[in-house]
Amino acid sequence: MNWDLSTAKPPVVVDTTLRDGSHAHRHQYTVEEARAIAQALDEAGVYAIEVSHGDGLGGSSLQYGFSRTDEMELIRAVRETVRRAKVAALLLPGIGTRKELKEAVEAGIQMVRIATQCTEADISEQHFGMAKEMGLEAVGFLMMSHMRPPEFLAEQARLMESYGADVVYIVDSAGAMLPEDAYARVKALKEALSRAKVGFHAHNNLGLAIGNTLAALAAGADWVDATLRGYGAGAGNAPLEVLAAVLDKAGLNPGLDVFKLLDAAEYVMGPILHFQPYPDRDSVAIGYAGVYSTFLLHAKRIGKELGVDPLAILLELGRRQAVAGQEDWILRVALELKEKEAGALAD
Amino acid sequence: MSERVKVAILGSGNIGTDLMYKLLKNPGHMELVAVVGIDPKSEGLARARALGLEASHEGIAYILERPEIKIVFDATSAKAHLRHAKLLREAGKIAIDLTPAARGPYVVPPVNLKEHLDKDNVNLITCGGQATIPLVYAVHRVAPVRYAEMVSTVASRSAGPGTRQNIDEFTFTTARGLEAIGGAKKGKAIIILNPAEPPIIMTNTVRCIPEDEGFDREAVVASVRAMEREVQAYVPGYRLKADPVFERLPTPWGERTVVSMLLEVEGAGDYLPKYAGNLDIMTASARRVGEVFAQHLLGKPVEEVVA
Repeated sequence: MNWDLSTAKPPVVVDTTLRDGSHAHRHQYTVEEARAIAQALDEAGVYAIEVSHGDGLGGSSLQYGFSRTDEMELIRAVRETVRRAKVAALLLPGIGTRKELKEAVEAGIQMVRIATQCTEADISEQHFGMAKEMGLEAVGFLMMSHMRPPEFLAEQARLMESYGADVVYIVDSAGAMLPEDAYARVKALKEALSRAKVGFHAHNNLGLAIGNTLAALAAGADWVDATLRGYGAGAGNAPLEVLAAVLDKAGLNPGLDVFKLLDAAEYVMGPILHFQPYPDRDSVAIGYAGVYSTFLLHAKRIGKELGVDPLAILLELGRRQAVAGQEDWILRVALELKEKEAGALAD
Repeated sequence: MSERVKVAILGSGNIGTDLMYKLLKNPGHMELVAVVGIDPKSEGLARARALGLEASHEGIAYILERPEIKIVFDATSAKAHLRHAKLLREAGKIAIDLTPAARGPYVVPPVNLKEHLDKDNVNLITCGGQATIPLVYAVHRVAPVRYAEMVSTVASRSAGPGTRQNIDEFTFTTARGLEAIGGAKKGKAIIILNPAEPPIIMTNTVRCIPEDEGFDREAVVASVRAMEREVQAYVPGYRLKADPVFERLPTPWGERTVVSMLLEVEGAGDYLPKYAGNLDIMTASARRVGEVFAQHLLGKPVEEVVA
């Protein structure tokens, strides 16, 4: 691995506090919070602000948690607030559909990020088709990318590029990658794609969100994601204010105002946070076992209700190769573990 | 030998072939006479021929020339079925549609099939619909359902190109089925493809929010378990992991009691692998629908239907 950042370019920085952060916020964002966050981000110079339910458009459900505020309302509020930044939404085919995508466009998004499990890119063709038809910037997300090797991911990225993706991301949904994993995957996409840019989305479950983002930049990543205070699923994402300071020191600042972001993190985001995500016991387990970061709060809740250790639930989900969006397996596994424990006691 | 109704399968792909094996294994009041495709090199047609069935690659024309065939299972594609539906109706045949075309009413055997025995075209919704609508209906009949949500996880390998290119249609159609047949005021459907190796069997989670908080939990459990047995009569690998679980969860209607049902569907392995419960439940349901129609055509009372 080449740790030399001298060939790296200042990246396009996308903030996803109002999307990935929605997981940590249990999908309880209000219009006022969305406006305050969007305004601070816009003034600090981020390229785009992603806003939607944590699991993407249409994610409001028993499976993932209902949104307190209709995401279309949040999108409208953000669009009205921003002056420079683009407004984006996430869409997971299988959860959201072209119907919600169309509504989101009417509400004001200019970019859609279309996410599939990293093995299933071919379910996104109709969504990319519609995104391009509607004139959106279209970004592909290969979720849980730690589960497959670089060459495999390159094939999937090529599919997304062929459907019209302008950018394809390596998404470390489980926060399971080491810097060398991030580097090799980004590098493979850089070599495989002819037209599309390459992005990287980090989670901090192993404390490596910033480190992995730098490794991705060293490998040539064009786009990177971050959130204020790292507010996101699991142990959160690369904290935007930290990333801005680091990029600035590395001579790679794409025009972010570091001190405005430090203020935004402290004075805007600070009072909004339900909690400060960090690599706690169960979050490290997520990164270690390689399971979806959003399982964290669901596993904590169900574990508490059923008297089963969330860590045991998460490790078992990793063993079963659960993928993005499979929150319903948490209850399934917890019930099995509980039954097993009861059986062991009876013996 | 008892009286039987002659049936044919249109479509010689995976689904048509699995259905062929089911109809041969358990013909009931049906006699499978022909399997028809459009590709002369189709493996399904070769298998049909080897089993002594008529096999043609001339497509629907072959079936239209055969007045003795009364019931046709269409396992082609939505686009093809739109054309087939008209031709089959004009030829006086009953179409059992396994595609997403939905020209005829949706049917779920233990819920609403008897209402539609006068129709000449019925549709099997989606695999997720066949798996989860019976459970929503089972809750609804004892505790009317405000909101029903299903999450279907199927093995990546069991999802063919048709499903992959039209994944939105799965969610639309299944959600509509939860409402129209399951009885829920609002339905939501989610599908996830899981690439684990070895492949996982189909798992479904069905969650219902009853209208009224004061519903009878024991009645819900009994109704759901009774429904499980009814579906098992024609899909042997259909099973709940546990009794319904009652959880208190925040919802748009305040904190509510949610009925969660954890379902697995393992395939019979007639032709398709056992993990592909999502495909098995389609062919098994189609066989069941065909059997009920056959008995009806023979003038037998439907109450006596045995799988």
